[in-house]
Amino acid sequence: MNVQTLTFIFVGFTFAVYIGIAIWSRAGNTDDFYVAGGGVPPLANGMATAADWMSAASFISMAGIISFVGRDGAVYLMGWTGGYVLLALLLAPYLRKFGKYTVPDFVGDRYYSNVARLVAVVCVLFVSFTYVAGQMRGVGIVFSRFLEVDITTGVMIGMGIVFFYAVLGGMKGITYTQVAQFCVLIFAFLVPAIFISMMMTGNPVPQLGFGSTLTDGSNIYVLDKLDQLSQDLGFEAYTAGNKSTIDVFFITAALMVGTAGLPHVIVRFFTVPKVRDARVSAGYALVFIAILYTTAPALASFARVNLINTVNNAEYKTTPAWFKNWENTNLIAWVDKNQDGKIQYTAGKAFRGKPQFLEERGLKGERKISNSSTNNHNELYIDRDIMVLANPEIAGLPNWVIALVAAGGLAAALSTAAGLLLVISTSISHDLLKKMFMPNISDKQELLFARLAAAFAIIIAGYFGIYPPGFVAQVVAFAFGLAASSFFPIILMGIFSKRMNKEGAVAGMITGLTFTASYIVYFKFINPVANTAESWWFGISPEGIGTLGMIFNFMIASLICRFTAPPPQAIKDMVDDIRIPRGAAGSYHH
Amino acid sequence: MSDSHSPEAKAYWKENIRIVLSLLAIWFSVSFGMAIVFADALDNIRFFGFKLGFWMAQQGSIYCFVILIFVYVYKMNKLDHKYGVDEDSDDLADNETPPKK
Repeated sequence: MNVQTLTFIFVGFTFAVYIGIAIWSRAGNTDDFYVAGGGVPPLANGMATAADWMSAASFISMAGIISFVGRDGAVYLMGWTGGYVLLALLLAPYLRKFGKYTVPDFVGDRYYSNVARLVAVVCVLFVSFTYVAGQMRGVGIVFSRFLEVDITTGVMIGMGIVFFYAVLGGMKGITYTQVAQFCVLIFAFLVPAIFISMMMTGNPVPQLGFGSTLTDGSNIYVLDKLDQLSQDLGFEAYTAGNKSTIDVFFITAALMVGTAGLPHVIVRFFTVPKVRDARVSAGYALVFIAILYTTAPALASFARVNLINTVNNAEYKTTPAWFKNWENTNLIAWVDKNQDGKIQYTAGKAFRGKPQFLEERGLKGERKISNSSTNNHNELYIDRDIMVLANPEIAGLPNWVIALVAAGGLAAALSTAAGLLLVISTSISHDLLKKMFMPNISDKQELLFARLAAAFAIIIAGYFGIYPPGFVAQVVAFAFGLAASSFFPIILMGIFSKRMNKEGAVAGMITGLTFTASYIVYFKFINPVANTAESWWFGISPEGIGTLGMIFNFMIASLICRFTAPPPQAIKDMVDDIRIPRGAAGSYHH
Repeated sequence: MSDSHSPEAKAYWKENIRIVLSLLAIWFSVSFGMAIVFADALDNIRFFGFKLGFWMAQQGSIYCFVILIFVYVYKMNKLDHKYGVDEDSDDLADNETPPKK
């Protein structure tokens, strides 16, 4: 069977499963809708958290990025896993004991202030919308490449599916769908990795194959081969980093702390029955995440070797079908600078900016572009996002593996989108309406508003998926920076310091946010030309600045709270109470 | 005990902080220490087909994170039990907990 038919079968089957689960796990009240009734077993919550966390970026883009940047890719690997240690040790158990629905709930109650609550809601909405736009884009890419429907139709189908199970099932529907999606995505990620590891090194475990010798007769280690290939083509050695140590330090810290402060991850720990379950489900979640995150760097290095061997000095006319297919989806471009009909792949950019394709074809049948070319020898543009999706084709794996990867990419994008949409709808119906503007609505009305808000959020997310704003990639740094500089410090101090008061928290949050946001906006939007290591503060890039914002938040908050009134006794009692696990199931909202 | 203001509660919290801080010290030294600050020095050591610093950054630190969380879970369960604040001795909680799947 051809790839397209198989992809239809795989994707159709997985979608049917998701819908079936949604019907089985409908939400009956707001408790079900927001936190799945607080009754999710820890193992299931671990899988759901992993699926929630591993987005289109983790599944589709991360291995591709590592493949191109080598060593420096470690900032994502450590940043997006190390945050779970902070989450498990410092936040999850206490927030579970606190026992409400959302992050703004905690901020608003702990700091007895609706201003703090409102600032939190605004951050939650900003972070979540930023993220969800990227997911819908991922759905669009998979549909357009593998099912050959256009991106708009692809996004609409994705929206329809998410709409169905998020609006109907709320957190309960999402949780159990995410369990299924985790299984699909991890299977889809591992199968090609195992295949390729077997082919290249004879070791079926990619994590080990990565450190083994090649079976092509040369008997040299994969990474040594890769260093040598990279240097031959004028790139830095794969295992040597380009970024400065201080920048790597700050980016890793910002991603870790940002991960621990992301609302759609935190909220998952409200769904388990006990404090003990919150701790262990963070552990399960990290195990499930680590399976993908330790495979990704192995896959990245295999893919890099394969790519260089396949395309460098190959005749354009005889390149495999995948090369032309991706060229047709605008993600690969080739300019024959020296007119020899062969693809030269070296360091440097082949031309300025993203490819602008023209209607006409060149001499060898390649798609012509209108970009002004650069004066290096590189002739090839490859979008990093295609590495994982194209990898099975580059390695020549069977068609069913390619179809499986498409279904896995969709599972990763949809599961994260659903989790984010739920956070958005909860923020609107619960934090804004119920807690601030319409405190008298009944549970039934609140549930209706939650569903309406989810539907509304899906439409906006879909719009951004079809008409992606150029700034999506830029604002991802924003999402982590804001979570790191705002939520993490104030939640942490809310639990570990009884003295921290409203004034300190609000001042800290505003300082952290303003500092981080202005730094990012300045370098990314106002003066992008100056976005180089020389003009950064202490050599810290905008991606890593959230760490400094977090430090400022801590400092200002501690300073201000010394000069202002301590929090009321009731708040101190509440802090005492959340520090002790006992009594979590009978917590406030029941 | 059950009162969250009692001296036992204070002692429980103190021990809890000690566990958390010692685990975070390990967390910090494997990731920011071995995989970032001292990575170049560790790269001189070969570990199978890897340079050790590179392996710590792309593999080893992640394995350590997983182990750290499970050590934390184990130590905290023991601590909860020692101070009688675990949820097994919490009848109310047990009655309200939905049955496991």
